[in-house]
Amino acid sequence: MKILKKEILADHEGTRLVRMELHSPLIAKKASAGQFVVLMADEKGERIPLTIVEADREKGSIAIIFQEVGHTTKLLGKMEAGKSLYSLTGPLGHATEIRKFGKVILVGGGVGIAEIYPVARALKASGNRVVTILGARTKALLILEKELKETSDEIYITTDDGSYGLKGFTTSVLEGLLSKGNYDLVYSVGPIPMMKNSSSVTRRFNVRTLVSLNALMVDATGMCGCCRVAVGGKVKFSCVDGPEFDAHQVDWEELDKRNRVYTDKEKHICKLNNLK
Amino acid sequence: MKKEMIKSKELSASVRSGNFEEVVQGYTEEAALKEASRCIQCKNPACISGCPVGIDIKKFIYQLGQKDYKSAYFTIREKNDFPSICGRVCPAEYQCRKACVFTKKDSPFASEQAINIHFLERFIGDYGMKNNLEIPVKKDAGLSKHKVAVVGSGPAGLACAGELARAGIKVMIFESLHKTGGVLRYGIPPFRMPRDILDFEINYLKNLGVEFIPNFIVGRVKTLQDLFSDGYSCIFLGLGAGVPSFLGIEGENLCNVYSANEFLTRVNLMSAYKFPEFHTPVNIGKSVIVIGGGNTAMDAARAALRLQKISGITPDTKILYRRTEVEMPARRLEIEHAKEEGIDFNFLIQPTGFKGDQDGFVKKIACLKCELGEPDSSGRRRPVPIKGSDFEIECDLAIIAIGLKANQILTSVTPEIKTDKYSDVIVDPGTMETSIKGVFAGGDIVGGEGTVIEAMGMAKKAARAIIEHLSKN
Repeated sequence: MKILKKEILADHEGTRLVRMELHSPLIAKKASAGQFVVLMADEKGERIPLTIVEADREKGSIAIIFQEVGHTTKLLGKMEAGKSLYSLTGPLGHATEIRKFGKVILVGGGVGIAEIYPVARALKASGNRVVTILGARTKALLILEKELKETSDEIYITTDDGSYGLKGFTTSVLEGLLSKGNYDLVYSVGPIPMMKNSSSVTRRFNVRTLVSLNALMVDATGMCGCCRVAVGGKVKFSCVDGPEFDAHQVDWEELDKRNRVYTDKEKHICKLNNLK
Repeated sequence: MKKEMIKSKELSASVRSGNFEEVVQGYTEEAALKEASRCIQCKNPACISGCPVGIDIKKFIYQLGQKDYKSAYFTIREKNDFPSICGRVCPAEYQCRKACVFTKKDSPFASEQAINIHFLERFIGDYGMKNNLEIPVKKDAGLSKHKVAVVGSGPAGLACAGELARAGIKVMIFESLHKTGGVLRYGIPPFRMPRDILDFEINYLKNLGVEFIPNFIVGRVKTLQDLFSDGYSCIFLGLGAGVPSFLGIEGENLCNVYSANEFLTRVNLMSAYKFPEFHTPVNIGKSVIVIGGGNTAMDAARAALRLQKISGITPDTKILYRRTEVEMPARRLEIEHAKEEGIDFNFLIQPTGFKGDQDGFVKKIACLKCELGEPDSSGRRRPVPIKGSDFEIECDLAIIAIGLKANQILTSVTPEIKTDKYSDVIVDPGTMETSIKGVFAGGDIVGGEGTVIEAMGMAKKAARAIIEHLSKN
C-alpha cells in the first residue's frame, strides 16, 4: 500500500492528472486488463474505485492514474511517495475479454485514456489491429500519448480547443473510421457524454461496443448496490457484474444522475478542507 | 406471587435519537441479581434447547444469583465466545426466552414475563470483559503444527477462529473490507453494538494468537487452492449473506433510493454520520421511507431518524411493511425502541413504484394496501394486495430492507463448491464440510440469513469437525 512513485502527468489551470505506483505484490500478480482496485487514502477516507493501469509482477507494484476531481482524489494527489494508503483492495470486477477480434477501435477521453491503455496493450498482444482515438480538452491535459502510440497500429488525437491534433471530439473521428471500414469491436472509456455519444455512433454502424463505467461504489464487492445501473432494462452492479457493459444497453441518463447524488456534499467537504 | 420483571436501563428516547450512543445500558448488579432470582431453576430447563449454541442457561443464572460471576462467565464461555455481543444482538424472544417456562404456550415469541436471559448474559459478558477474565486454553500440542484459513471476519468466522485457536491451531482470518467484524461492524449500528465492545471481543482473538489480514479477497488475490498450497490444512468459509435484494419495481434506481446495506455501511462502517470529519457522505431526507420488517429495517430507520435529528430536520421516518406487527421478524425490543424514538409504523402496505423529479431524485412512493391471506411457506399469513387501493406517500429518501442473498464473490470462481438454488453453500450438516474436502462453511452462506448466534453455532460445529479432521492427520 506504500506509494512507490508519484508523477504529475498533466497540470493545467488547476486540473491535475496524477500517476502513482503502489506496492502490492498480491494484486499485481492477479490483475488483468479491465480490473480495478478500491482504495482509501486515510483512515477517515472514502472507498473509491480506480482502474489498474499497469501491473508489474516483478516489482510487485500496480499503477493507478487519477484526475483530481473530488475530495478523495484531491487528498490522494497531496500524498507523496514513501507514504502509505490506509487501504487497498483488489483486483475487482471482471477482466476484459481478450482474444483476437480482428480490428478494434479504442476511444479514450480525458482520464479515461488511462483506462483504455491496459486494454489496448492486451488486445495488441493478442494479435488485434488496434486503432486508438484519444481526446483531451487541451494539449496540456493529454496523457499516455507516447505509450499508446507504441501499442497502436493507428492513432488519432483530438482536442476540444484544437491546440493539438484534430479540433473537435473523438466521436467525429470514430464516425469517420466506421464509415470507411469494418471494425469488430469498439472499446470506449471517458466522461459519460463521450461514452454515450460514441455508443450512439457505433449503434448506427452496428458495431459491438464495450464501455467501462465509473459508477460510485462503497464496498465494491456486491454488498451495497450503490453502483447499480440499468443495462438492457435489468439492474446490474458495476462492481461485480461489470465494470464493462454493452454500451448500447446502458441507461446513460440514469447513470449520469446517480453519479451526481453527492455533488453538494462533495463541494462542501472540498471547501471545508480547502481542497480546490 | 410472581416477581416483577426487571427492565434494563436505557437512554431516554429523546436523548438517544439525537446520537449514536448505545440505547440499552444493561443491568446494574442489583438489577441482574433481582432478575436472576426470578428464575425458578426448572428441573428440565427448556431455555437451553432454545439456545442455538446450547449455553447452560440454568447453571449460569444460578451462579449469577450466588454472585459467583466468574463461574457464570466461564459457564457461558464454554459454549459462547462472545457473550457481550450475543447479549446485545441475540433475538432472545425467538430463542431461549421463547422456550422459557414463563412464556405462554403457542405465543409467537417470548412473553414479557420470560426471564431476560439476554440481559443476564450481557451483564456477565461485560463483567468478564471489565475484569479481564481469561478462559483457560487447552492447547493440543499435536494440533499446533496446523494452520487454518478463515474467510470472513463476521460472527461465523470469529467464532470458528476462537474455537480453533483455543485448541492450539494457528488461525489466519482473511477479511475483504478494511475493518474486521463483518456484519457486526457494517450492518449493526453503534447504538446497538458499541464499537469498543466489538473491538474488545476481536482483540480477545488476537490475544489468543489469531491473525487478521484485512483488504484481502479470497477468490481474487488467492484461490482456495492457493491457500492450501500456502500450507493451510483446512479452510473455513464464513462469507455471509451480503448481497441486498431489491423490490424490482419502477424507479428503484432513482437517487436517494438506498439498499439498507448501502445506507448502513455508509453510516456504520464508513462513519458517514460524522461527515465531513469522515469523508464518506450519506444523504438524508425530510420524509424517509424504510421498506421491510426485520432488524435491518429497524436499524436503518433508527439510523435515518438520528441523521434527521443531527441534520436539524424534523424527524419523519416511516416503516412500510407488507404484513402486520406480529409477523415482523425484527426483535421485539427493536420494534419497541423504534416506536419510542418516533418511527412511524405502517402495516399492510406494498410499494409498487418510486417517482422522481427531473434530476432523478426520488419524491414519492406509490403503494397498494394489503390484507392477510393464507399462510405461505414461511408459515406467516401472506399479504394480498387490494385492487384499486393505490395511494402515494411523500418520500425523498427510501431505504430497501427486504433481505439479503448469498455473497458469491468466492463461490462464483470456485465451481468445485456445490451451491443450492439460492447460491448458498451446501454442507454436510453433521460436519459443515463443503463438497471440497477440508473446506468447511457456516453462517449466512449456509442456509441463508439467520442470526449472529446461529452463525456462531454452525461455526463451532465446523470448528469441532476441523479439529477432529486435523487430529487424524
